[in-house]
Amino acid sequence: MHAFSYERPATLARAVALLEAHGPEARVLAGGTDLIIRLRDGSLAPTVVVDLKRIAELEPGIREADGRLVIGATTVMTDIAADARIRRRFEALAEAAAVVGSVQIRNRATLGGNICNASPAADTAPALLVHGAVVVIAGPSGSRRIPIDGWFVRSGVTTLGRGELVTAIELPLPAAPMGSVHLRRTRRRGHDLASVTLCCGVDASGVTRLAYGSVGPRPVLAVDATGVLADRDAAPDARTGLLERMLAEATPSARSMRASPDYRLAMLRVLARRGVDIATARLAAAEGRR
Amino acid sequence: MSGRIPIQVTVNGRARAFEVAAHHTLLEVLRDDLQLTGTKECCLVGECGACTVRLDGRIVDSCLVLAVEADGGEVTTVEGLASDGRLSRLQGAFLDEGAVQCGFCIPGQIVAADDLLRRVARPTVGEIQEGLAGNLCRCACYGQITAAVAAAAAAEAGAR
Repeated sequence: MHAFSYERPATLARAVALLEAHGPEARVLAGGTDLIIRLRDGSLAPTVVVDLKRIAELEPGIREADGRLVIGATTVMTDIAADARIRRRFEALAEAAAVVGSVQIRNRATLGGNICNASPAADTAPALLVHGAVVVIAGPSGSRRIPIDGWFVRSGVTTLGRGELVTAIELPLPAAPMGSVHLRRTRRRGHDLASVTLCCGVDASGVTRLAYGSVGPRPVLAVDATGVLADRDAAPDARTGLLERMLAEATPSARSMRASPDYRLAMLRVLARRGVDIATARLAAAEGRR
Repeated sequence: MSGRIPIQVTVNGRARAFEVAAHHTLLEVLRDDLQLTGTKECCLVGECGACTVRLDGRIVDSCLVLAVEADGGEVTTVEGLASDGRLSRLQGAFLDEGAVQCGFCIPGQIVAADDLLRRVARPTVGEIQEGLAGNLCRCACYGQITAAVAAAAAAEAGAR
């Protein structure tokens, strides 16, 4: 690994100042499960690495505030997968966090890092899209919030600006129950990147949210507000046509080694149907518990 | 901070103070500076688990942690699992079940299995497989490794 200087700021203001001063020469270190691989293989060669783990304002943790669940950016997958509130109300995210890498990776990989790395295969991305997450950003001109759907640009690229870093990811607590699920296909069970990853959320008003990744440069969100997809009594042709339109943005690359485009597109349709069924059943179960 | 950075880490229960380069990983420092060569270097991308150690109560791939990140922390390596020269129950179970062929992955397997048994006293086969999914064995001793973990859990339960 080539040499770099290491900064361990104690405050958010200092971290922002460092990132602003060094621009693209600086890289942020949270869990390191992506960054250190790229420092070692030389695909990233920053002069400064800024470690966020000793910043008081960025302590990992999950808290409720003003109708939202606020997940600190440095919160690791192990803690997200285990959180009772996330498991109950944001099931797709809990399931996605539980299958990232291995135990060793989940103990280290952070939610902020997963979205900043912006891999098309990022497991948490479709879940955050389905749950309507908002990214909280600190930067030189203060803090701002952007919906997760305006975050991902393409592989490795987000709308984060110079001097900015993610401080939290917020999930609006749904007013009505929602059933959600995370599904994926991998080459092997256990530690692997997804060949296709998909989340589905169905709420009590019949709105279905489908989000999918690993089938194009960025994860995609498609929403059916007609209620047709979640309606088991709807005409099969109507549901099929709707589903096709919702999945139309999938454009898998032929260059990826994990799976062929044909396989990914075929499995995307399988997972989408399965996702709608599971999310609908979970919604019914949640409503039954009320 | 650049050049050598002073850090303090408790390694296998013993407080250590030393200097590290910012770009050296915990794995490199454990093996090259502290001569704790039980922890193995293998894939260096966080897929094989041969470099697994416990850091502040949780297992990590030490190839993906900078040594300076462990400053102020507590590290347990495979050398820290035996006490007074006696193997832990889990280590003994690996021998009894013949779970070791070439042995290269075993330190990581044992540190990961030790972590699993701390979290789940009597894991199912599925839980053992999931708990060790981040540890690859090129000799494919997975059946014996799984049996060893189950046997250690059963022996622990019987001893209580």
